[in-house]
Amino acid sequence: MTFWQKNLLLLSFLLFFWFLCSFGFGILFSEYISFIKIGGFELGFWFSQQGSIYAFIIIIFTYSFLIEKLENEEKD
Amino acid sequence: MEAQTLTYLFVGLSFALYIGIAVASRAKSTNEFYVAGKGVNPVANGMATAADWMSASSFLSMAGLIAFLGRDGSVYLMGWTGGYVLLALLLAPYLRKYGKYTVPDFIGERYYSNVARVVSVICLIFISFIYIAGQMRGVGIVFSRFLEVEIEMGVIIGMGIVFIYAVLGGMKGITYTQVAQYCVMIFAYLVPAIFLSIILTDNPFPQLGFGDKLLGSDIYLIDKLDKTLVDLGFAPYTEYSKSTIDVFCITAALMFGTCGLPHVIVRFFTVPDMQAARRSAGYALVFIAILYTTAPAVASFARLNFVDSVQNTFYEDAPSWFKNWENIGLISWTDKNQDGKMQYSPGNPFEGNKPNYSGDRGEFGQRLLTNIPDDSNTNEVYLDRDIVVLANPEIANLPVWVIALVAAGGLAAALSTTAGLLLVISSAISHDLLKQTFTPRISEKQELTFARIAAALTILLAGFLGIYPPAFVAQVVAFAFGLAASTLFPVLFMGIFSKKTTKEAAITGMIAGLVFTFGYIVFFKFISPELNSSEFWFLGISPEGIGVVGMAINFTLMLIITRASSSPPQSVVNLVESIRRP
Repeated sequence: MTFWQKNLLLLSFLLFFWFLCSFGFGILFSEYISFIKIGGFELGFWFSQQGSIYAFIIIIFTYSFLIEKLENEEKD
Repeated sequence: MEAQTLTYLFVGLSFALYIGIAVASRAKSTNEFYVAGKGVNPVANGMATAADWMSASSFLSMAGLIAFLGRDGSVYLMGWTGGYVLLALLLAPYLRKYGKYTVPDFIGERYYSNVARVVSVICLIFISFIYIAGQMRGVGIVFSRFLEVEIEMGVIIGMGIVFIYAVLGGMKGITYTQVAQYCVMIFAYLVPAIFLSIILTDNPFPQLGFGDKLLGSDIYLIDKLDKTLVDLGFAPYTEYSKSTIDVFCITAALMFGTCGLPHVIVRFFTVPDMQAARRSAGYALVFIAILYTTAPAVASFARLNFVDSVQNTFYEDAPSWFKNWENIGLISWTDKNQDGKMQYSPGNPFEGNKPNYSGDRGEFGQRLLTNIPDDSNTNEVYLDRDIVVLANPEIANLPVWVIALVAAGGLAAALSTTAGLLLVISSAISHDLLKQTFTPRISEKQELTFARIAAALTILLAGFLGIYPPAFVAQVVAFAFGLAASTLFPVLFMGIFSKKTTKEAAITGMIAGLVFTFGYIVFFKFISPELNSSEFWFLGISPEGIGVVGMAINFTLMLIITRASSSPPQSVVNLVESIRRP
């Protein structure tokens, strides 16, 4: 695989999580996961007002870490 | 010292700091004026982006908005943060690699056409002007509220301050003042939030206190809030009341809009390289998240606290903050059932949107209104949603310097966003229209002069719009996101991820996205506002969320027209390959 194909694969994988943690858990399947509680939060509610934002941060730094590795391999 | 004196002191000191920084880091070349010499540290750029991003309305109104929307408020929380993922993963590193000054620069060269450049400048100016006019009004309101001057005077002071540091300092000056503004603003936001969280739940982290048990009881704060609101006849706090498709589309329009906003994108042109651009977007989101994860916690604390201290309380026993903010005009009480107690429930307390005080006091000392009470419901209490953040220090019994700090924070938020917007408008005029399109022969020095003149004129125009706001400004600010999502995002995305997309496709896509989204908003907001309800909306999507449909139209047209037009020249293919290379 070329560098760009690896990059596209990584992007699709991470954007899937981006969608899952916000649109998925926070909106579309929010009701189906609400039986799980963390503290006073129902999981769906927590994702829509807190969790999705933490997930976004993790996704950006994961991408930045992995793509830098790939880029450095590519440059060598 | 008095609260007012302290407010002047804090605000004065913070202004002196901003101007000092601007003078020390003023721009000497176009490179410094447009993109701060491309030497900004990613963490500093992250902070500046966060300050740029969070406007007076994020700072003052968002917690209140969420407090009264409950779960529906999640669209703003996810929508205004999720766009940074798209920015970091899909746009920022490649646009930085491209390495020029502005967003239209990229569009003009990638789509090998000055027409595409000019169309993108029109979209950019359109989006940014809608946004800046609302900000300028916000600046005026913040000034008038904290410094007790008229809104018009507030706008003029704000114009003066922004003028000094944006026109002199350019992007370089703005960046470092925004770093300072971020620090002032986040400190001012967190102090009252932390104390409120301790008071209600004994947990010093608002994000955790939000999901914790109430102090001295076995009930979770959220459960109590849900129950209290349902008992009063409100919808439960933790359930959506908008339809799923509308929640989905509004969230998506805000996310894609965020990463299509030129004043956000251009911040990533100021860092040294691609890797720094990605990391910087991550840091920006961390700094934004500190406020955005605190806001929903503050919202729930405030809503619960408000109901607890108001519902069935004798007006005479109301807490002092209630009366203070009533005096300022953000709260009112109309004793519909003449029992001397305040009843709070869904519905309008009176006819009309805002209380009109008659100047007289009622038998309990409350300010009387000239509004006719609305007898179709039992609600007696009016409150402005900004109260949630403004009254926090008093509710938490914090010393007066905290109130002064919140004032300085609100002003920092308003000024930093205005300055960022100002810069993209002025660089679109001096760089994209003059240097790149109409008068390519001007020297760098002349271009810099034009950039400063354009910035000055933009401030004057924005200030004018702030003083004489066209009736539509306040309503339209939120739609800037839909317009950005339906015009600039698709063109930027395809410009990077497809080598084949042609200029004809990009130009048609942008125009179609703009016309459709703008048309839909104008139709439902201004031409036929009586039809503005879900039964008439296209697929049940409100004007706030329609940008997503505009975006889909833009993408579809681009794909079709690309097939029908002749391929882009080899130089463009080379350009795309070069920006993809690490």
